[in-house]
Amino acid sequence: MKKAFREIVNGNIWLSFLAVVASFIVGGILIAFSSETVQTTATYLTARPTDFISAVWNAVFGAYDAMFRGAVFNYKADNLTFMIRPITETLAYATPIVMSGLGLAVAFKSGLFNIGAAGQIVFGAMFAGWVAIFVDLPGYIHFPIALLAGILGGALWGALAGFLKAATGANEVIVTIMFNYIAILLLGYLLKTPVLKAPGSVNPISPPVHDSAKYALLMGDQFRVHAGLIAMLIAVVFVWWLLNRSSIGFQFRALGHNPNAAKVAGINIGATTVLVMAVSGALSGLAGTSQIMGTEKFLTLGVAASFGFDAITVALLGRSNPWGVLMAGILFGGLRAGAVTMQANQGVPIDIVLVVQSMIVLFIAAPPLVRSMFRIKPQKEDAK
Amino acid sequence: MKQSKRTPISLLVLTLLGLWMLVSAPAIDTTIKISTDSDIFKIAEFGLNAQLVSAIAFAFQLLATGYSSFFVLVRKHKTPRFVVLVFGLALVVEIMILLFAGKTMTITSLLQGSLALAVPLIFGSLAGVLSERVGVVNIAIEGQLLAGAFISALVASLSANMYLGLIGAIIAGALVSWVLAVFSIKYIVDQIIVGVVLNVLVVGVTNFLFSTLMVSNLTVFNQPPRFEKILIPLLGQIPVIGPVLFNQTLIVYLMYLSVAGIWFALFKTRWGLRLRAVGEYPKAADTVGIKVFRTRYISVIIGGAFAGLGGAFFTLGQVGSFGKEMTNGAGYIALAALIFGRWNPIYAAFAGLLFGFAQNLQYGLAIIGSPVPSEFLLMLPYALTVIAVAGLVGKVTGPAASGKAYIKS
Repeated sequence: MKKAFREIVNGNIWLSFLAVVASFIVGGILIAFSSETVQTTATYLTARPTDFISAVWNAVFGAYDAMFRGAVFNYKADNLTFMIRPITETLAYATPIVMSGLGLAVAFKSGLFNIGAAGQIVFGAMFAGWVAIFVDLPGYIHFPIALLAGILGGALWGALAGFLKAATGANEVIVTIMFNYIAILLLGYLLKTPVLKAPGSVNPISPPVHDSAKYALLMGDQFRVHAGLIAMLIAVVFVWWLLNRSSIGFQFRALGHNPNAAKVAGINIGATTVLVMAVSGALSGLAGTSQIMGTEKFLTLGVAASFGFDAITVALLGRSNPWGVLMAGILFGGLRAGAVTMQANQGVPIDIVLVVQSMIVLFIAAPPLVRSMFRIKPQKEDAK
Repeated sequence: MKQSKRTPISLLVLTLLGLWMLVSAPAIDTTIKISTDSDIFKIAEFGLNAQLVSAIAFAFQLLATGYSSFFVLVRKHKTPRFVVLVFGLALVVEIMILLFAGKTMTITSLLQGSLALAVPLIFGSLAGVLSERVGVVNIAIEGQLLAGAFISALVASLSANMYLGLIGAIIAGALVSWVLAVFSIKYIVDQIIVGVVLNVLVVGVTNFLFSTLMVSNLTVFNQPPRFEKILIPLLGQIPVIGPVLFNQTLIVYLMYLSVAGIWFALFKTRWGLRLRAVGEYPKAADTVGIKVFRTRYISVIIGGAFAGLGGAFFTLGQVGSFGKEMTNGAGYIALAALIFGRWNPIYAAFAGLLFGFAQNLQYGLAIIGSPVPSEFLLMLPYALTVIAVAGLVGKVTGPAASGKAYIKS
């Protein structure tokens, strides 16, 4: 019995699950700590400990209940639209996260530490945005061209980092971090010039995207979920095929496993490095199009939001496996969507998401830590 | 061979930039104002012909490029470092004189602002030096700075004592570093992952505590006393650099000591030699009896303490209160300074000053209404770092074992 439990616990999926649970517990501690009723009941903790315990329970349950209602299903809502809106919100948030996370998964599998999702999203959004906003094209061709422009933008910015790595041996971690800042500063500059700025606006914001270049809404005006979701699913299948079924993907993985062996086997390391980073950037560029042509519809400095970091966490949590990335992306999309409701209903700051998210990654990355945290109690689990 | 040719080629490209600037230089004066009103020895304002100065600067660039090409092509030797330095200086002079052509350049205030922006960068890069020299990549500088800023504001406010705040900042920075050390040394997690995640974790925790705790009562939790500037006699009276370098807060003087102290400890003591051995070749270090894990823990944690001090400069040295995400990417610029400064505390400090100067220049230019967009000045640290790691101007190589976990066999 004990042995069987150990085997399950040592499995990757279980470890991921336990990491998520542990992170929510840490988040719960923070929520309890910040609750005023918990603070007041703590002052007479020894006199009436039950007050304290129920205050903690109310604070934590209230917060996570609100999160559930914001992310999955709002059972307190009046009509069906409001009941199912949360899950669609989750999907809307998840779309760019998954796309960009897939990009990083491709890079990680190929042994390249691409930290540059944020910059690549910005480039994708800039290219797509420029076509979608400033170019007048007939409806049926406008959308695909804007989409391709965004993918191209991300691919170019990624490929440039790959080229620097291949040609000069520059560390891709450093280069992509620096490229993130360069990209966002470039966007900031362009949003001040007529290239991207809305005429007459004092703020750094672009004019709205043409209707012909928008992703179609999937469930009508009441919901934000758009056709980017379908693009995301196609991207998942594409990356699965690329990594597991194509010969290029085999070269990618060979590079990731052992660059020297790959070289001996006749794989062109330099060209493959550039290609990996181009594909990786292209997927982040796709995420950029989802933001500009689907969700935001304007180009602002906040276009990449925190998706750069989300993508890293999603790729790690999904263990660089496309289906894993999809699951992890939906989880983090749910965290984002739920946190909005949690902040509105329970006054728990949205920043709790960052804490939970980073704890998840830390726990995932250190399986021995999670094991030691949960192995303390296997007897109790057995007794059940 | 291929590597060494990059330097003269890059210099040639930059010389063309210098030539373009020279051609477009207007024949008007740039007024240079050196003295401040409080100086004892006053130097009058004077004008310099922008065309003339950029011509001289351009001549230096030509000389440096020629000298570099001569060394590489004829002598088959690497370009000496001072040649690159002379070139860089000449280019900066040319750019500055042209940016301020027809306007007044107030040197002292430009430098004062630069130093203020450079202090956290320099402390942050010291954290990077201590961590990476011992073999642990420190992407978490941003988190260490932010933790230092938050705790210093909180502790100093509660205790009404800025020295306690400073100690709190040191502990906070060291604590973030300790997490980095545990995960990368004990759990052998990829150091870059830990670093990136720690930065976000600290943002999350400080934002959360700021919104829930600090905002509830700002006067109690977020109104720390600030350090006053201390004018050092004699040194403070030196024209130009006196008021810039020697009329500063305690934290800045600590920074001077830290840079010198860490340089000495790293390169002149047995402890430093062992530390660098662990960062270059841990197995060899282990073989001769150096405790690799312990050395790494200690050095990484001490590094974080310095970054904590840099964080305290935001709250106790400058702003006077904590603000959400107030470090605003300084940790990543510190990382850039560290790389640009070749993992050497003194070079890194100069790189930090250069990046602080570039950041500060935007304010100087905004006052005179220069057409150069601030974004390009802000890009400078990042662009220079990419140029440095790509080996376009000399090659930068970090400690050999940096980023690799050591597994004792």
